Amino acid sequence: MFEGGLYPYWIVIFLMMTGLYVVISRDNLVKKVIGLNIFQVSVIMFYVAMGKVRGGTAPIEAEGFTVFSNPLPHVLMLTAIVVGVATTSLALALVVRINEAYGTIEEDELRELEREEDA
Amino acid sequence: MIDLLLERVANDLPALQIAVPLLSAAICLVIRRARPAWVLAMVVAWGSFAGACVILSRVIHHGTISYAEGGWRAPWGIELRIDLLNALVLLVVTGICAIVLTASPRSLDQEIWREHHSKFYALYLLCMTGLAGMTITGDAFNIFVFLEISSLSSYALIAQGTTRRALTSSIQYLVMGTIGGTFILLGIGMLYMVTGTLNIADMAVQLAAVGPNRTVLVALACVGIGTGIKLAIFPLHIWLPNAYTYAPAIVTAFLAATATKVAYYVLVRFVFSVFGAKLAFDELHLDAVLMPLAIAAMFAGSIVAIFQDDVKRLLAYSSVAQIGYMVLGLSLVSVSGLTGGLVHLFNHALMKSGLFLVMAAILLRTGSTRIDAMAGLGRRMPLTMAAFVVAGLSLIGVPLTVGFISKWYLVTGAIEAGLWPVAVLILLSSLLALIYIWRVVEVAYFRSPPEDAPEIREAPPSLLGPIWVLAGAIVFFGIFTSLSVGTASAAAQMLLGVAQ
Repeated sequence: MFEGGLYPYWIVIFLMMTGLYVVISRDNLVKKVIGLNIFQVSVIMFYVAMGKVRGGTAPIEAEGFTVFSNPLPHVLMLTAIVVGVATTSLALALVVRINEAYGTIEEDELRELEREEDA
Repeated sequence: MIDLLLERVANDLPALQIAVPLLSAAICLVIRRARPAWVLAMVVAWGSFAGACVILSRVIHHGTISYAEGGWRAPWGIELRIDLLNALVLLVVTGICAIVLTASPRSLDQEIWREHHSKFYALYLLCMTGLAGMTITGDAFNIFVFLEISSLSSYALIAQGTTRRALTSSIQYLVMGTIGGTFILLGIGMLYMVTGTLNIADMAVQLAAVGPNRTVLVALACVGIGTGIKLAIFPLHIWLPNAYTYAPAIVTAFLAATATKVAYYVLVRFVFSVFGAKLAFDELHLDAVLMPLAIAAMFAGSIVAIFQDDVKRLLAYSSVAQIGYMVLGLSLVSVSGLTGGLVHLFNHALMKSGLFLVMAAILLRTGSTRIDAMAGLGRRMPLTMAAFVVAGLSLIGVPLTVGFISKWYLVTGAIEAGLWPVAVLILLSSLLALIYIWRVVEVAYFRSPPEDAPEIREAPPSLLGPIWVLAGAIVFFGIFTSLSVGTASAAAQMLLGVAQ
C-alpha cells in the first residue's frame, strides 16, 4: 500500500463521486459519457494506488533493487482501460445514431419527443 | 487416434465453452453472408449445449471440475472451476442460446437488414462467450472481463431494434450497466486488497482467516450494487423494460432468459462462496435489504405489468417481478429458499424465452406486439397461442408446470423460516400474474378480430418448433424434477455448507 497516508484514496473517492454526479445530473449524452469515463478512471486509479509501494520499482531483477511494486493490479488495469475505451466508443456511436434519429442528444428533449410519440 | 482426440476434447471442454464461440464470432464477421453465418453459429451453440450436458453429468458423477487455463495452476493462474451450481447455469445459458438461435432467421429477416445478419450472429456469439465465461470462471477479475464482453455485445444487440427507441434504450442500459460493472470491479479490487488473491476459492479461504472488517463489508456492498444493476433488482431495474421492449424480438428472448440469470448466479457466488453466508447475513444483514426489495419487485413489477398495452413490455415488467422471486429465495438463507431461487432461475429461463419467442412469432405475423393486435389470435394462430397459455400458466404457478415447482420451494422456505406473511405475499403476487396473463388470453381467445383484419397464418415451423420445445420443457420439468430440483438443491446444500 502507498505509505504516504491514504490521500490517493481520497482522490479516488472524489473522482468517483464527480463522475457519478455528472452521469446523474447532466442531460447531454456526451457529458454523461464523459462522467462515465471519470467514474471508470477513478477505479483504475484505485487499483494503481493499491499496487504501488513507495520507492518500489517495476519487478525486474537487477542490481541494487530490492523493493518492488505489485505489478498485478497494474496489469489488470490494462484490461480495464481496454474495456473503458470499448464502452466509450460504443456509447459515442450510439450518441451519433441518436442524433441522426432524433436530431438532439439532450435527454430531456429526447424524453419529450418520446412522450409525444407515445401519445 | 480418434479416441485420443475425443479424450483431448473432453478434457478441454470447459475452455472450449469460451474459446469456440469467441473464435467463431470473428469467423462470422469474415463470412459476411447470412445463411453460412447462421449455420456456423448453430453448430457452435448446439455444440456448446452438448458440451454443457457432458460437463453437468461429469460434475454430478465425479464432483467439481477444475481446469487450469494454459497449464498455470490456481491460485496463480486462471482457473475454470465448475461445480453443481455453475454447471446448471451453464446448461441453461447454452441451451437457451441454442434454442433461440434456431428460431432466429425468420424473425431476423423481418427486423434486421439481411446484410447485417452475419454481424448480428457475431454479436450473439460474443454475448454467449461472455455469459458462458462469467458462469464457469473461477477467477474474480475474469468475471468482470466476461461481464463486460457480454454487456457490450448486448448493448449493441439491443440497439438493432427497428424503432429509434431502441437506441435510447440501449444507451440507458449502457450507462447503468457500465456503472454496475465498474462497481463490481471496485468490489473485486477491495477483495484483492484484503486477500491478495483473485481466485474465488482461494479468496474465500483468505477472507475466512481475515474475518469481517470495513473493507470487506464495503466490497460486499459494491459487488451487491453492481450485480443488482445487472440483475435488475427493484429499484435498479429501470433499464430493463425499455431494453426488452425495443430490442429485436429474438434478442429479447435471448437476453431475458440468460443475462439476468447469469447476474443472479454471480450474486449467489459472491454472497455464498466468497463472503460466506455468515458474513453476508449475520454481519451485514443482507437479507434485511434484499427481502423487502424482492417483495417490492414481486408486487411493483406485476402491478405495472397489468396496466401495459404492449405485451412485450408487459412481459418485461413481469420479468422484474420474477427476478424478485429469485432474490427472495436467496434472502431466505435456507436450503429450500435457495433451492427455490436456483430452480426459478432454471424455470424462468424456459418460461420467458418461450413467451418472448411467442411474441416474435406474433410480431412476424401481425406486425405488432400491442395487445389490441392480438384479438382473435387464439383461432388464427392456435399453436402459438397455446404455447403462450402453457408458459403463462407456468408464470402464474399452476401445478404440472415448472412455475409451480419454484413457488412450492419458495413458499416452503418462507414457512420454514417462520415467515408466514412472506408465504402469503408469494401467493398474492401470483394472483397478480393471473390478471396480466388473463388480459392477454382474453383478448386472444374471446375477442373477435376487426372485420378488415388481414388474413393471418400460423407461425412458420422454424419458430413453432423452438417455441414448442420450450413449452414442452415447461411441462416436462414441471413433472420430472430430478434434473432441475435435484441439481439445484444439491447446489444449495453445497453453498450453505449443509451435509447431504
